[in-house]
Amino acid sequence: MVTIQDLHKKFGKNKVLKGVDLHIDQGGIFAVLGPNGSGKTTLIKSVLGMVIPNKGTIEVLGNNIKKSSDYRHQIDYLPQIANFPSNLKVKELIKMIKDLRKDTNEDKRLIELFKLEPFLDKKLGNLSGGTKQKVNLVLTFMFDSPLIILDEPTTGLDPISLIRLKDLIQVEKAKGKTILITSHIMSFVEEVSDEIVFILEGKIYFKGTIQDLKTKTKQPDFEHAIASILTNNHA
Amino acid sequence: MLKILKYSFYDLMRSRWSYVYFAFYLLLGIVLLFLNNDLSKAVITLMNVIIVLVPLIGTIFGVMYYYNSREFTELLLAQPLKRSSIFLGQYLGVALSLSMSLILGLGIPFVFYGLFESSAIWDFSLLLITGTFLTLIFTALAFNIALSNENKIKGFGYAILLWLFLAVIYDGLFLMTLIMFEDYPLDKVSLIGTMLNPIDLSRTLILLKLDISALLGYTGAVFKQFFGTSFGLIVSFSVLIIWVLLPVWRISIKSKKKDF
Repeated sequence: MVTIQDLHKKFGKNKVLKGVDLHIDQGGIFAVLGPNGSGKTTLIKSVLGMVIPNKGTIEVLGNNIKKSSDYRHQIDYLPQIANFPSNLKVKELIKMIKDLRKDTNEDKRLIELFKLEPFLDKKLGNLSGGTKQKVNLVLTFMFDSPLIILDEPTTGLDPISLIRLKDLIQVEKAKGKTILITSHIMSFVEEVSDEIVFILEGKIYFKGTIQDLKTKTKQPDFEHAIASILTNNHA
Repeated sequence: MLKILKYSFYDLMRSRWSYVYFAFYLLLGIVLLFLNNDLSKAVITLMNVIIVLVPLIGTIFGVMYYYNSREFTELLLAQPLKRSSIFLGQYLGVALSLSMSLILGLGIPFVFYGLFESSAIWDFSLLLITGTFLTLIFTALAFNIALSNENKIKGFGYAILLWLFLAVIYDGLFLMTLIMFEDYPLDKVSLIGTMLNPIDLSRTLILLKLDISALLGYTGAVFKQFFGTSFGLIVSFSVLIIWVLLPVWRISIKSKKKDF
């Protein structure tokens, strides 16, 4: 599904990615974890083509992403902070994104799911953080793409919406899709993900199931396993 | 690209500033016509305003739009769209809506005053054409500056400096050079110097069209000889087109290499 080879990226003097090799198979939920500033978002943005790597190749569904932007038809992306043009109405934004990508009727179901009907005629600048995130989720899930990338999907969501989000993720997984998630909420990661990818200082430190990680670090639970990686590496 | 252009254009058409700009030109046109009571004279006064103001508005609007639409841009970048079409679409959206405000804002009062029966129609058209060129050029330059500077304040600073340089400082330096080297034949130098600055070039083009080149003395005669011919006119417009194409080309190159 996604193959990354020897990926390097630096911003000025700050080397963020230092040779990432990663292969992600089709189907399943993969959590990308790591301390703040470890390069999670940079890695994800590289896959999306928003960050241009200094070195290395990235293939999505067998296509080198350097060649064209068409591969992004296969990706649904949820950005970390929902920044939308503030003078646009929710309705207009959804219509615009559909116009730019392709038409779909999924949005109606998702709007109902997240109870967004009362906000459709409001401007995006006047919405609360949580409501913006719901709009963000609708925009992401309304296209039926094989690869879904979620950057901090839980930000600002209330408990009910969080449950709906988890259900939504499981439904998409059942369709055989590949889902990449970054999150700082360890309980969320433990609950939803099949495999985790741990990034430390710009490299892949660990890739495998949560059970493997527990065995490797000799810790009884997931949160402590992560903490032990961090303390042992003084990150 | 056309879809991006459409959305940027709509976005701007709904913003207050496009109307303020439009209303300003409308008012300027009406006031000048009433004060001068003569089409040709109004065209001359207008030229002086347009030559300085259009580049300034193009620069400021371009920089402002780029920085204000960052969120929109990031949203678009994750969609299956080519980078160059995102940025060129936005650029054309800004440049075209500004040009439209200019053409309609000035055009309407002049048409009602009886432009079509007047001999000033060609002078006036030339004024609008150069105004549109200046908008295209300075919006593109502004986008270049904004693309190269993450920091808003720096971006605004450089943009204003650029305008100041081309609108005011360039002329000063140019004049100083002419005075320093007045013992040498300077016809060619001054011709080339004028060509290299889009603001000077536009001003010269309009002045010569208005047949007041006698005011310019000997140099005016040389200029008339060059710009008055169709060859000179073609060269001038080619230079203006190059002034548009170069920054637009850099927008597409620069946008391909930028991280978001």
